Amino acid sequence: MTTPLIVTKRMVDHPADSHTIERYESTGGYAQAKRAVGMTRDELVETVKTSGLLGRGGAAFSAGLKWSFLAPARPAYLVVNADESEPGTFKDRQLLERDPHQMLEGIIITSIANEVHHAFIYIRGEYPKPARRVQAAVDAAYEKGYLGKGIFGTDYDLEVTVHLGGGAYICGEETALINSLEGKRGEPRLKPPYFPAAKGLYMLPTIVNNVETVSNLPHILSMGAEKYTKVAHESDTGTFLMSLSGHVNKPGNYELAHGITWRELIFDIGGGIPDGKALKAWIPGGASAPWFVPEEHLDLEITKDATAAAGSMLGSGAVIVMDETTCMVRAAERIVRFFSHESCGQCTPCREGTTWLEMILRRIEEGQGRAVDLELAIGVSDGISIDLAWPPKMTTICPLGPSAVSPIIALRDYFRDEVDAHIEAGRCPL
Amino acid sequence: MSMWSQETQNRAKEIISRYPEKRSAVMPLLYLAMAEEGHLTDEGMEEVADWVDLTPAQVRSVASFYTMYKRERTGQYLVSCCTSISCMLLGGDDVLHAIEDESGVPHGETDAEGLLSVEHVECIGACGGAVAVQVNYELIEGVTPEKARELVRWLKKARPESVNTDEMQELFGGVKSFDWGIKEEDAAVGPYPAFQPLGTIKSAGDS
Repeated sequence: MTTPLIVTKRMVDHPADSHTIERYESTGGYAQAKRAVGMTRDELVETVKTSGLLGRGGAAFSAGLKWSFLAPARPAYLVVNADESEPGTFKDRQLLERDPHQMLEGIIITSIANEVHHAFIYIRGEYPKPARRVQAAVDAAYEKGYLGKGIFGTDYDLEVTVHLGGGAYICGEETALINSLEGKRGEPRLKPPYFPAAKGLYMLPTIVNNVETVSNLPHILSMGAEKYTKVAHESDTGTFLMSLSGHVNKPGNYELAHGITWRELIFDIGGGIPDGKALKAWIPGGASAPWFVPEEHLDLEITKDATAAAGSMLGSGAVIVMDETTCMVRAAERIVRFFSHESCGQCTPCREGTTWLEMILRRIEEGQGRAVDLELAIGVSDGISIDLAWPPKMTTICPLGPSAVSPIIALRDYFRDEVDAHIEAGRCPL
Repeated sequence: MSMWSQETQNRAKEIISRYPEKRSAVMPLLYLAMAEEGHLTDEGMEEVADWVDLTPAQVRSVASFYTMYKRERTGQYLVSCCTSISCMLLGGDDVLHAIEDESGVPHGETDAEGLLSVEHVECIGACGGAVAVQVNYELIEGVTPEKARELVRWLKKARPESVNTDEMQELFGGVKSFDWGIKEEDAAVGPYPAFQPLGTIKSAGDS
């Protein structure tokens, strides 16, 4: 079964200029935004609820439900989360660069649904080219009267501001992102409220949606919510972008309907492992996700539920493939280093725990490891994420800390021998 | 009395007008301050504080949270090599070492002349095109150690006034995360993101 392309169709059909307003409009663009200005909030929220659209930023929360939580205070704001920073993830970059008008049309629809008159696009600072493409698209839409005062000749005003981040992974967490947009340090806020829809930007109701989530909206309106639910595997809805990287012959972003197996993704779509090497492990959903190994997981279906039942998540859709030559201690160290570097420092378990985990893994990799080190790392991990449960029991304001223990769980469950070999040899044996 | 050029002051006013509250303009104004002086100085942070009615300490607390606000002297070219997991698997550490060796600049430092700064960075969203390197945040994908050495030699010799992602990709890149489509003219002039509202952008055609 081939997946019908939804959010990547235009860039596949028109690889040279899919980002221009001319191409966008000549392929049906902005028709749904024009329709949406005539629709009510209730109609739009209901449509998106019916579509089953889940947030594509990593948390997979129902987009329609998120919208329905919008508190009555006004003004309300929309912030599009384009702070894509989860290691292994590069799908939003492609959507921003190659089809920015699709996202803008989704922004117009989301704004009307949530009575928003000022939307922000928060793009990570290391994405200047995507930001330029988005700004050019915003400028073109203003010129056409699709943004600004009285959009599409109605009395509805919608301003859009493109905002660049400063290089901090944590700003992908929606309350950290809001603090950052307020001109503050990007530290996640204490919960409750659990959703910025209650109190968000400037303590006003705010919808925060991911780029891919918003990019799906014009298609949900054009094909109809019912039809959208049928695009995919029975347990999920719509399509899902997966970023494939690491030891595969054909890395890249792939728009898929859930339900194929990991074997099909890595060996058919991804073209297998370079030089015919064997698969050792892969990370199914970004650096935060617990790892999978071929003996146990290769023939599992790629659905949200099947992945959760196996103790991991599809997260941001980033699949990182590791072949038989990969040193698992080094790979774990690299991921833990990331979380240690990106910890905002507010919560002690995360700030101190990730620092210790990084030091322990580094000394094992560098041949200074001690026999107790794996148990020590597991103990530290337990202090960050109680019982190493999945989904984690939180000791921290946000999930960053618990994310850092995923590689430790992998070492404990699948690669204990390799850790021991490092310690016995007093060096990396690979 | 502002220490910024009239053009930068106009831009600052324009940026502030894009936000419902002044304070939200802190981050873009910090980039403006970097563009004025090449990196973020104490005076630059004081200037930003004046514009958005904060104390200099408050501005510093924001600037110090984010990695892209360089509070130390930074080279004309900031070379950032990704060594996060996907790039590490495909040789990111070797590319970093090649850059350090060819430039003589260890990561986190700047050469005496102020031409090159070298850093290793966490994931920059180019994992399908590992190993990823940026020069002034303009991306090159599929970089090998050999190509990285050529890149450093080119920066030192040609000393381009601005760097363009498509040009560098053609000269020094390889596998890409996805088809980039038509080329763009925009180019970066310093170690901060090249983005029109910040006025930190230049057309590669300009000399």
